[in-house]
Formats: sequence, structure tokens, C-alpha cells
Amino acid sequence: MPAQTPDSARYGLGALRQTSWLNLGIVVAAVAGTAGAFAYAGGWIAPQRLSQGRIIDRFEQVNGQHPGFRRNHAKGLCFAGWFDGNGEGERLSKAAVFRAERTPVFGRFALAGGQPYQADMAATVRSMAVNFALADGEIWRTGMNNIPVFPVRDAAGFYDQLAASKPDPATGKPDPARMSAFLAAHTEAGRALALIKAQAPTAGFADASYNSLNAFRFVAASGASTPVRWSMVADEPPQAPQPASAGNADPNRLFDALETRVERGPVRWHLLVTVGQPGDPTADATVPWPANRERLDVGILTVKSVQDEAEGDCRDVNFDPLLLPDGIQPSDDPLLSVRSAAYSESFTRRAGEPKSPSAIQLSANAGGARP
Amino acid sequence: MTSTTLFPAVSRLLHWLMAVMILAMLFIGVGMVTSPDWYHWLLSVHRPLGAAILVLAALRLLNRQLNPPPPLPRDMPSPMKAMAHLSHVALYALMFAVPLAGWGALSAGGYPIVLYGAIHLPPILPQGAALYTALHMAHEILALLLFATFLAHLGAALAHALVFRDGVFESMASLKAAASRQAEPGAR
Repeated sequence: MPAQTPDSARYGLGALRQTSWLNLGIVVAAVAGTAGAFAYAGGWIAPQRLSQGRIIDRFEQVNGQHPGFRRNHAKGLCFAGWFDGNGEGERLSKAAVFRAERTPVFGRFALAGGQPYQADMAATVRSMAVNFALADGEIWRTGMNNIPVFPVRDAAGFYDQLAASKPDPATGKPDPARMSAFLAAHTEAGRALALIKAQAPTAGFADASYNSLNAFRFVAASGASTPVRWSMVADEPPQAPQPASAGNADPNRLFDALETRVERGPVRWHLLVTVGQPGDPTADATVPWPANRERLDVGILTVKSVQDEAEGDCRDVNFDPLLLPDGIQPSDDPLLSVRSAAYSESFTRRAGEPKSPSAIQLSANAGGARP
Repeated sequence: MTSTTLFPAVSRLLHWLMAVMILAMLFIGVGMVTSPDWYHWLLSVHRPLGAAILVLAALRLLNRQLNPPPPLPRDMPSPMKAMAHLSHVALYALMFAVPLAGWGALSAGGYPIVLYGAIHLPPILPQGAALYTALHMAHEILALLLFATFLAHLGAALAHALVFRDGVFESMASLKAAASRQAEPGAR
């Protein structure tokens, strides 16, 4: 312990000279150590970490730069309508949306992939995203696809699949060698892709059914928690897609057909909740549940109008699948948090970019005024 | 040793409680945007913790008016006093600005602002992509500034304790229940 310093000198250089190396070391180590831990937490020291930034970077590498557009499901069309709950869902979830009452909704139909001007093809994965504005002020958003299972089960699989499915500039198709390497490294993807291929696509958006793919948990007023998956099942009977040669060169033919269909009258879907049983896998979206699981019809979604994407409508909304109301919780599926993180990164990037018009511009007499 | 005037007990309690919360918050913030596997869990903590920090910051500012901090040592050079004053103004301003920018960004982004279960905050700004971008960026930059100011604060606090040994660190770090009413540190 150094001698008592006169007060006048304790802030001068003399004070430093009288301080032991240990004390100086503690000051420096505390500051540097905190800064270092912060840098580690923020990924500045471990740039190889598979962050959401790197996942979205890979979308941009595979699809090219399309500023202002979603990095995935880039080509889409907004819709507005409502959801009429029938009260059946209250058995499983206390969320207000499942009461026997009407909930206003808006949403978005889209084609998977990061190409905002890709030509519509029946084989391309179609999606429906929905925003439910619950009576108590809560919001529920869900993004669903017309495939039975997700092709991969975690972030690494997703990241590798993106690279493997990038079209080879020479052939316009994914490099078979890279695809085989991907399938060898992620055996779950091969099984999932076989299930996806086995389900023939329908003719369009209006007769397609859309699945949550990931499992969630419904929590009832009693506190009981049930594993579920859900689907928007088309009210219209599914039609076979038109062959590609039959005079349908219109690159927006699927969206145009939807517009025409909505002009004719509202389009409906039943929200069917698949009730999981103990032992059903909730942490792996590549594995379907047994076909005999109960499917509870909890209400009807009505799409009343469609709108081409513009400032302030569904274009500027993040359909993050983890924006859930009280009564719906994430399952232990690791993909959910990854999807949420990647959607957020995509949203933040595109929100700050200049916008170009959507490929889909509705005719003046389109199915309804903006909501 | 120099006799020390302590901060009032309620001020010390607020200080250390918020120190832990803010430091945790800064680590959660940088961690969640680079760790997709933990993103949802961290974000679920981030929102209510940020709201709590905003409320506590308001309480703390009020408490500061009711229970003023003890004066700095009289012999502390004025540039150092000015630095100390400025860093505390910055800390207080950022304790408000960072959560408010976050709340504003979520509002402008059209996000539900869920605290827990069905409990959610109302939007404080209209929806708009450009506004979202500006506030999201401000939230990140201000949070990094808060971390930098925190580091300066930590370094200065430890320098008071281990280099200057002037009682300033002890005035906040003491576990004594009541503030002593002795002469201010360094007074003659």
C-alpha cells in the first residue's frame, strides 16, 4: 500500500506512478475484457458464425441483387379479407382469433425464390402469408407453403441447400455434383424432397392448400399445451395445372388467374389444425406426422380482394412466423428461430432500399379497392 | 482514507440494478442479430427488458432530482469534472434514446410490440419503411454509443477506485444501508 497521497496530487501523473501494476492491470483488463466479450457476442471475432446476415447474403449471391424486394418469396401479390373463427379452436388455444367471431386479415400470395420477375410456373413453391389483427390488439402472422414438408431441418441445411440449388450459368440447372454432395450431407433433405415431389401441384393460387410446415404449440385457457401444425385448405376442388404449352406464355399467369378469380367472388380456405400426439416430431419440419392425426376445422379465411404491392401495404410487412398471439407458442423446432431471424434481416435490408414496381400490376378494374 | 459521502441507498440500488440490466441488454442486442438459433429467445427477453429499462430510467431521473448525488471531490481537476458530467449526461440521454428508438422502429416497421403473453405496447409512430430504416439504424448506433460510454464509465470508476483512490467509487459501491452525512470527500 503506497503512502497516503496528498489530495492535491492524487489526480496528477504522480498518482499513476504510485499505482501498482496490479491495480493498473485490473482497470485495463476490465475494460478490454468487457469490450472483447461484447465483440465476441456480436460476432466480430467469429465471422465464420452462420448469422442471419450470412444467410441473407447467400440469398443475394444465388439470386442476384434486387433492391427493395424480399430476399425470398420476392414475387407476390397482396390480399385483404377476413377470418371467421367457429369457436372450435378454443378447445386448444386461448388466442382471440379462435373465438366464434370475425377477425380482419390481410396477406400476401407469393412464389418462393428471390427472383422478383421470375415467370410463373406450376412447379414453383407457392406461399400464402397472413396477418390476423386480433380483437384485443394482438397480431398473428403466419407464412405457409403449398408443400407437405420443409426440405431442410436447420440453419446449416438451409444455407447449404441455397448454394446447392443455385442454377449453373452454363446449364440453367443446379449442378448435379453439388446437389448430390448436399443430399449426402443432409440425408433428411432427400427424404423430404421425395415427399415434396410426390405431391402434384394444383392449377393455381386459389385451389392450393398452404401448410405451416413447422410445428407450434397451442396453449388453452386451462394452460394445457398441444403440439400442432396447421394448413389453409382450399375450399375449391384442386385442378390439375395447365400444360406449359397451352397458350399460357403470360409470365404472370398464376397471379393473373388469381386476380380474375377474386374478381368473380370471394375465395375461401378452411384453417385446419392438425393435432399432434405425444411422440410426434415437433423439432423436425422435414418429417410429416401420421396421416390419421385429428384435423380440427377452426374457421374460414375469406379473400375478398387483391392489390398489387405498393407503399404501406403487405409489401412493407414482415410475415415472420414467430409473431404469435398469446395462446400460440413456438415449438422446439430450431428452424423457427432461424426463419424469424432471416425474415427480420431481409425486412431491414429491403426497407432501406429504393423500390421498383412489382412484376404484377393489376388492371384498373381489379378485385377491389385498397383496404 | 478519505471519508466518503455515499449516494443515497435508493440511488445505489437503481444504479446497480440498471447496470446489470443495461449491460445484459447490450450483449443480448448484439448477440441476437448474429445468432439465428437464439434470435427468438433473445428477442423475447430484449423487448420487456428494454421497456423495464425505459421505466427505470424515468424513475432514476426523478430520484436524481429528489436525492441529488454527492458532489465530486473538491480537488478533482475541472476538465475531469467536466468529463464526468458530460459522460453522465450521455448515459442518461442514451438510457432514454435507445429504448425509445427501438420502440419507434418496431412501430414504424408494423411489428406487434409484445412484452409478455397478450401484454403489448401500442405503436408510438405511424408505419413507414423509411422511418423504420432510420430508427432501426439509430437504435443500433445509439446502442453502440451507449456501450462505448459504459466502457468509459467502467474505466473511470475503476480508476477512481484503484488509481485516484478518492472515494468516488466507494460512494456508489458501498453496501452500507444509509448514506453517511459526513463531510464531502476531499473537503478540508
